Amino acid sequence: MLKRFSAAPYLLWSTIFVVVPLLLVFVYSLFIFDANGMSFSIESYLKFLDPLYLEVLWRSILLAFEATLICILLGFPMALILSKMKPSLQKIAVTLFILPMWMNFLLRTYAWMAILGKNGIINNLLEFFHIQGVSLLYNEGAILLGMVYNFLPFMVLPIYTVLTKIDYQLVEAAEDLGANKKTVFQKIILPLSIPGVISGILMVFMPAVSTFVISNLLGGGQFNLIGNLIEQQFLLVGNWNFGSAISMILMVVILISVAALNRMDRSGGGETRVW
Amino acid sequence: MKKKIIHGKNIVKSYGGERVVDDIDFWVKSEEFLTILGPSGCGKTTTLRMIGGFETPDEGQILFEDRDITQLPPYLRPINTVFQKYALFPHMNIYENIAFGLRIKKMSESDIKKRIERILELVNLSGFEKRQINQLSGGQQQRIAIARALVNEPKVLLLDEPLGALDLKLRKEMQLELKYMQQELGITFIYVTHDQEEALTMSDKIIVMNKGKIQQIGSPVNIYNEPINAFVADFIGESNIINGSMKEDFWVDFAGKSFNCLDTGFRSNEPVDVVIRPEDIKIVSKKDGLLTGMVDSVVFKGVHYEMHIIEGDRTWMVHSTKSSVEGEEVGLFVTPDDLHIMRKEEVSNSAEAI
Repeated sequence: MLKRFSAAPYLLWSTIFVVVPLLLVFVYSLFIFDANGMSFSIESYLKFLDPLYLEVLWRSILLAFEATLICILLGFPMALILSKMKPSLQKIAVTLFILPMWMNFLLRTYAWMAILGKNGIINNLLEFFHIQGVSLLYNEGAILLGMVYNFLPFMVLPIYTVLTKIDYQLVEAAEDLGANKKTVFQKIILPLSIPGVISGILMVFMPAVSTFVISNLLGGGQFNLIGNLIEQQFLLVGNWNFGSAISMILMVVILISVAALNRMDRSGGGETRVW
Repeated sequence: MKKKIIHGKNIVKSYGGERVVDDIDFWVKSEEFLTILGPSGCGKTTTLRMIGGFETPDEGQILFEDRDITQLPPYLRPINTVFQKYALFPHMNIYENIAFGLRIKKMSESDIKKRIERILELVNLSGFEKRQINQLSGGQQQRIAIARALVNEPKVLLLDEPLGALDLKLRKEMQLELKYMQQELGITFIYVTHDQEEALTMSDKIIVMNKGKIQQIGSPVNIYNEPINAFVADFIGESNIINGSMKEDFWVDFAGKSFNCLDTGFRSNEPVDVVIRPEDIKIVSKKDGLLTGMVDSVVFKGVHYEMHIIEGDRTWMVHSTKSSVEGEEVGLFVTPDDLHIMRKEEVSNSAEAI
């Protein structure tokens, strides 16, 4: 009884601030405004089928996918190294690693503008050696860099947590049965860390696919991603109905990817399921 | 005569300046069941881990059939281990767990299948191939851990307190089964435990360790009946240990009296520990007793009664199938061969009786 009662504040909170707004977004997406006022229509969804918008969606998914992939490739070895450090060093290293996250997200992204910009640190340095400056900002590479930089900790931390939880006796048992270091990694460490990788993928892919700040700042507004599209519909164009429809579509994309990952987790095995 | 299969030569291992294993020397013969017995922190598990290759000795050598394997990593040793907490792979089913070692040896799938069927039969878990680890009870997991090690047909199997987490009844069953398997397969077992009863039940040979040093090596009967010092006597079964002195050959003084005994070769008036097993003391009438005392407590222990008898400033522990009455004055009687006389160790056990 007490258990049910203590969940009430959360239920109330999530009803008011999650469920109701979500329903509102859904309802908005099913209406349009025209000369006759508001009327029910799926026109907003049909509008999205325009190749122009589909390309934006495709580009967003691709970029988020690339960012996630790079995060795995960088993050897994990083988590492995962290987990193998001496306990005392480990704490310091993890803290150092999280330290940038104590700073504001916008500030961190602005910092990259100062580094990559026309009169930024890198170009100044190149000029000093009399090398022609290059345009580093306002391209897809800059956005990718921003995504990887901002979301990498979300990949490293879950993998690191799972790796430190692996019972060392399992490694010894595998060695005892004849496995060398390589086999131990392939057969024990890697499969047991899959749950961490999967939650890492979700934690990186979801914010990356819907970001608009990174693409605004580092893409200079030239690279429209789906997050920018939604932002523009709400704040610039004032077409809340179309904005809501795009939001719903993005949500479906994310739900499908979560479901696919969960399926992968189940077939891949793993002791703990994070999602 | 069987050959020595494992020989530990003058092994020393320290952690943070403390000698956990302090210059021990021992060997196991082929097909022998050796138990390393001692209280926690005595260095028995460290010794086992050095044989398995998980720790490297600071000094000394480990020989396998006269070959030095001291620096060999675990995966190159023809030795398998059953770990204390089973250490089964949670992401694999029973079949894959047992197949792990065979796969690494690149055995054909049909041979693997045959071997797994045979080994599951041996541990009484036929038909469990497809089950997941978390679907098994503690006892079943233990059997799978044993099967996973035995399926590789190692020459030596190391077992680190493998029955510690099981309940008493299951533990007794497993003790007999382990002994049976060991005899059936003809594999050398090195078994680590702090449970003296387990050691006595299963072993061909027992090494008693304390504070990193070997106290005594011998057969179970030998160790139980002829403990070499007060520590071993106390650790293997319960004992009354009393300070005494050897008056002359065949005569020992303790509790203010002289007793006839079977021991010789001590200095005159050499201080000794006199060890008497609680089951060796007979309660008799006051006039027939060599010592007299008052029954302080009587506790029923199932097979016997445990009684504490106050005599002078000592308390004697007596095990008997017949109960006495609390507060009763009784006599205590021992025969000469019940008195075990031991030289004092350097660190004196100034133990009272009990």
